[in-house]
Formats: sequence, C-alpha cells, structure tokens
Amino acid sequence: MPEADSNLPIQASRSPGEVPPPPSSSGGFDPHSIDLGRIECLQILNERGELDEGLNPAFSDDDLLRVHRAMVLSRAFDARMLAMQRQGQMGTFAPNLGQEACMIGQVWPLGTADWFSPSYRSFGAQIWRGWSIERLMTLWAGFHDGFPPPEGVNDLPFSIVIGSHVLPATGIAMGMRRAKDPHCVVVNFGDGAFSQGAVAEALNFAAVDKAPVIFVCENNGWAISTPLHKQSGTDIFAARGVGYGVHSIRVDGNDILAMMTVMQEACERARQGDGPTLVEAVTFRMSLHTTADDPKVYRDDALVEPWQERCPIRRMESWLIRTGRLEQADPDRIRQECEQEVLDARERFREEAKASPRTIFDHLYESIPQELEDQRMAYLRKLDSKGVE
Amino acid sequence: MPQCTMVEAINIALDEALADDQRVCLMGQDIGVNGGVFRATKDLQAKYGEERVIDSPLAECGIIGTAVGMAVYGMKPVAEIQFSGFTMQAFDQIEQNMSRLRNRTQGRFQIQMVMRTPYGGGIRAVEHHSESREAYWAHTPGLKVVIPSGPRNARALLAAAIDDPDPVIFYEPKAIYRAFREDVPESKETLPLGKAEVVRTGDALTIISYGAMMRPALEAVEDLADLNGIEVELIDLLSISPIDTETIVQSVKKTGRCIIVHEGHQTCGIGAEIAARLAESGAFEYLVAPLKRLTAPDIPFPYFQVEQHFLPDADDIMTASKELMEWD
Repeated sequence: MPEADSNLPIQASRSPGEVPPPPSSSGGFDPHSIDLGRIECLQILNERGELDEGLNPAFSDDDLLRVHRAMVLSRAFDARMLAMQRQGQMGTFAPNLGQEACMIGQVWPLGTADWFSPSYRSFGAQIWRGWSIERLMTLWAGFHDGFPPPEGVNDLPFSIVIGSHVLPATGIAMGMRRAKDPHCVVVNFGDGAFSQGAVAEALNFAAVDKAPVIFVCENNGWAISTPLHKQSGTDIFAARGVGYGVHSIRVDGNDILAMMTVMQEACERARQGDGPTLVEAVTFRMSLHTTADDPKVYRDDALVEPWQERCPIRRMESWLIRTGRLEQADPDRIRQECEQEVLDARERFREEAKASPRTIFDHLYESIPQELEDQRMAYLRKLDSKGVE
Repeated sequence: MPQCTMVEAINIALDEALADDQRVCLMGQDIGVNGGVFRATKDLQAKYGEERVIDSPLAECGIIGTAVGMAVYGMKPVAEIQFSGFTMQAFDQIEQNMSRLRNRTQGRFQIQMVMRTPYGGGIRAVEHHSESREAYWAHTPGLKVVIPSGPRNARALLAAAIDDPDPVIFYEPKAIYRAFREDVPESKETLPLGKAEVVRTGDALTIISYGAMMRPALEAVEDLADLNGIEVELIDLLSISPIDTETIVQSVKKTGRCIIVHEGHQTCGIGAEIAARLAESGAFEYLVAPLKRLTAPDIPFPYFQVEQHFLPDADDIMTASKELMEWD
C-alpha cells in the first residue's frame, strides 16, 4: 500500500503515479509480492498561498479569475441560502462552505457537450454549468420546476439517495464511448457515498468498459455525523480506484490550482479514450451536513479550526494578489458583487417560483395510461372542490 | 409462418430490434458468446458485436444503473437480469432512476429501456431462481410491466416494449420458455402494451391470469366446458401495469363470478389489485359470488422437491370454479 499522510497538508510534490499492471488470469499463480504502484498526491498552492514553482500551471488569467469569482459566488449563495432557511424562506439546505475549490475545479474543464452528474452539495458547480441561481433556489424551496437541468445543460439532476447517480453517470459515458463522441462525464460523491455498493459497481463497470468518466470523491471527512474512521478501513480513497484498475490520484481539494490541473488532465485522458479516473479530493465539510442537523452534537469545533487556515478562496486570493492578477481591494469588491447577484436572483425567485399542483401527473410517462388518467381526473376534481388553482 | 418456442421468439424480437435501430443494445451477464443462460440472446453478439451485445460484469444494480445512463444518452438498452430473483440487487436503480428519472427531470430525459428477466417456478432450480415478485414493479410508479404467455405474444410484446418511450419491465415465464411452439409471423408485429386478451369467451365465470399460469388455466377451462358444461371467460392480462380494467370489468359484469390466478404471493399481489378494482367498479353489483384468488401463499418459494404443491394448478382452478358456481 502506498504510504501517505492522510492528514492534510498533502506534501507538495509531483511524483507521477504508476498504473498497476493489468490483471492476469493466465499463466498460473505468481508467488511474487505485488506492487500496486504509487498514488500521486498533488498540491500546487500550499496553505500559505505559496506556489510550488516547479508545478506552475499555465492557466490563463481569464480562466483563473472566472474560477475565483465562481468560488466566491458559491460561497455567497451558500450564506444567503442558510440565512433564508433560518428565516423560514427555504427548505432544508446542504451547505458547501470550504469546499469551493473542489467544486469549481471539477467542472471548469467541461464543455457544453460534456456531462456533469452532481450530488446535492454541488450548487457552485451547477451555477458554473449554467443553472441560474433562482432555479437552484426554486429547487431547494421545494418546487419541482427547479429540479430538471436547464435546456442545453447536460447535467443529471442531483441525487438524493447517496451514490445513486454514479451508475447512470457511468452509463452516459458508456454511451458516449459507443457513439465515439470525444466527450467526458464528471460525477462527484463523498466519502460516505464510497461505502455504497452502487459506487463500487460504477468504478468496476467504468474500468471494464474504459468509459470516459471522472469520479470525483470529495473526501470531506464527514457523512452527517459519521467520521472517516467509522466510514472506512482506509482513509486513502484513491487506493480503492487502484484496486478497480482505475487510474487514481489524490489531490488537495482546497487547492484550486491542483484541482484544475488534475481535472483537466483527467478529462483529456477520458476524451482521448484512455478511460476513467478516480480523483480523491481531500477537503473538509466546515459547516452543517444540512440545516436539519447541528454539528456541535457530534463534532468538536476544534477539528474545524485548522481548516479556517486552509480556506480555498483566501488561499487563491493571496496568490492572485501577489502575482498581480488581483488588486488588494478586488476580493471585497467581487464578494459584494456576488452577494448582490444572489440578492437579485432572490428577487426573481420570489417573483417566479410558483407551485403547480395541477401538473404533478404530467411527466411520469410519455403518454399517461388510462388508469393513471382516471386518478388524475379524480385528483383534479378534488383540487376543484377545494378551490385550488 | 415458422413455428418456434417462446425463447426463440424472444431471440427473434431482439434480433429484429438490433437490426432496425442502431440505438438498441443488449446488456447482461453471459448474454454474449454464451447467449444467455436460457439462450435468449443466442448468436446475437456474433451478429452485432461486443459493443451492442454487452457481456456485463456480474452486478445487477450496475447493469440497470448504467443502462439508465445509456438511455439518457439516447440509446435504447435492453438489459437482461439472469433470474428475477436477482433483480432485488437492482431495486435501487429501478426505483431511484429507471422508473422516475423522466419525472424527476419533468420529461427532459426519456428512459427508453427494457429490463428483461425470467421469472416463476417450474424449472426445479435452486433457491432464489423461481420468484414471482412482479407486484413490486406494478407498485412502482413510472414503470410498465409486461408478461407474455406464449411465443407469438412474447415476440410482439417485446418489440412493443423496446419501441415504447417509457421504461418497461418484461417478465418472461421461464417455465414455458420451451413448453410449446406457435406460429410466429415472418415480419415484425407488435401488440399494444396495457391491453388484455380475451382468450376464450364464456358467460358462467371469468378467470383472469397471466404468464405461465395461463397454461393450467386454459387446461382447466377446457375441462370445465367438456366435463362440467361450465363456460368460462378466460382473460390473459399480458400487462400488469397498466392493467386493462375495462376488459376485466366488462367480463365480470357478464359473468358475475371471478377467479384471479397467479404465481405471485397473495398479499398485495396482482389479484388483490384486480379484486379492488372490481369492487370499486360497476361490476360490483353484478357479482353473485365472492371474488376468489388462487395464488402462491405468502411464504418464500420452497425448495424444488415440493414446488408442484406450492403453485396453483389446473385441479385447483377447477375446484375453485365449481365452488363459485354453487353461489346463486
């Protein structure tokens, strides 16, 4: 097994991981020990915002600034949604505080023909992909109209049953490969989801099929109240990918430059027909699981404290300023702009979100079977009798 | 018209679908070189290649989940689960995605796929190979559930299921895979999903069944006419979701008596649903006898040395029919 310090900071290094040899069932039993190779761990920008000069990636200023803004916007949305939920204006909500680099980094290399299959803590990535903020508010506020991906956005709706979206995402990639389309699929899930059998099956199907899918395991340390050591016998989730014959890499999920680099490489591999990649992004869930729980019940605040220093947004900003890409005053200005963008969207959400109780039968089948039509008519008569529009 | 068995007819339907539409693909365990454990996909991989007739890893949940993704991407997968007893592994993906991704996305994604699986007893197999849990799928919103009873309707219904824009569970009564032959037309034919067939008309009693149980039902019905002068109307449901309520209600209005026969367990089974529909319908006032269910009891399918006692047979159907005829 590879030796790696499971606690961040990941060592700044770039030693290429080695792909394990292909499994062999012929030639009889080989009594030699098996070396599964090394798993690459990547950090480019350390906690102090210092760049590993040897790894300086050549991203354009435009890409870097767009990614930075998307991270800030994600956090502004996060804070506003929490506030709205506490004010009784929003349904249960799952915040993403502290995971913004992981989230935006995994979707930034995707084009419109690529696909994204998110778990529910992925709103920042969804906005990047083309979901309007008001649509996401509509979704979280319990209106079905917010749930389908917008026209032209090749995303699956986010999954609620943990890990249940990973197999369909893999199937999309299998279809893609058969169509010889040079695209890829990114699917994310957490350390908790990695306990699901369906996720294991997806890794195996993708490996066998050489499907162009990138599995992003956001190892944020917690599944509601369950810490890593109760979730898994190993906290190196990238090692599981190696076991499935999937190219695997471990990355500092709070380092946006490392995330962008790893995801760009993984997407290229997939598009070129080199098959799936598992990216274990090590990060931390700094806030609640959802607004329905209180971490103080199950988690010592002292565990959260070190992660304040590892804030992905501040880390990126200090580097952007030091390299002259941002002025000293820019971060505050951008934050205010993003907060305003969210407030403007909230106005549209308040104007547009409308419950439509009369349409709940409309989308289950292409054409509604008679027995269901009978139920629909009875339901509509009930609404009529109660004066429901 | 060639004569063929049900499993051969299914092979023909799959062959035709693969030939007609490049988007159709098959996926399942051992369906390629081996042609499936019942040979339903015999020779199809050689004809259409490994990319369209896919030997999958051994994971039912994985088969259905990835098939859903393929459907999202515009393919029309026909997934085979080797035995219906193993579909429980796939319950997650059938429930979370196959049955409701269309609804979750308000119609943005159409899940045009079929899950085929052999179900039921009668082949003296080991544990978990004889289940009839079709009621699970009929209970699941968003699915259509189709169960043929012979070679010709199997071929026509499977073709219709593959063409249908919504996800279809296709339960194949394996006890009669090779039990008899029927004429099957040279060219593709389809049957509408959700429509029952009145196999025999009569005015004394209605018997409703589907799948492999149609064989003992037919045998009983013929004997009842020949030996007892009881003219039974026999209905083959062919689809248990949706159910052709209209045909059932019309028949029971005429006969006033009804027996429902199936291999699935009694409680919350298809018989219970049909009885409820009759009780709620205009047929209620025409009933002259209590409704009767002949089903498997609510215990797991027994080890095969006693399976013949577990399932309803023609004698059971005749006995129940004569009892119902005593009501006036």
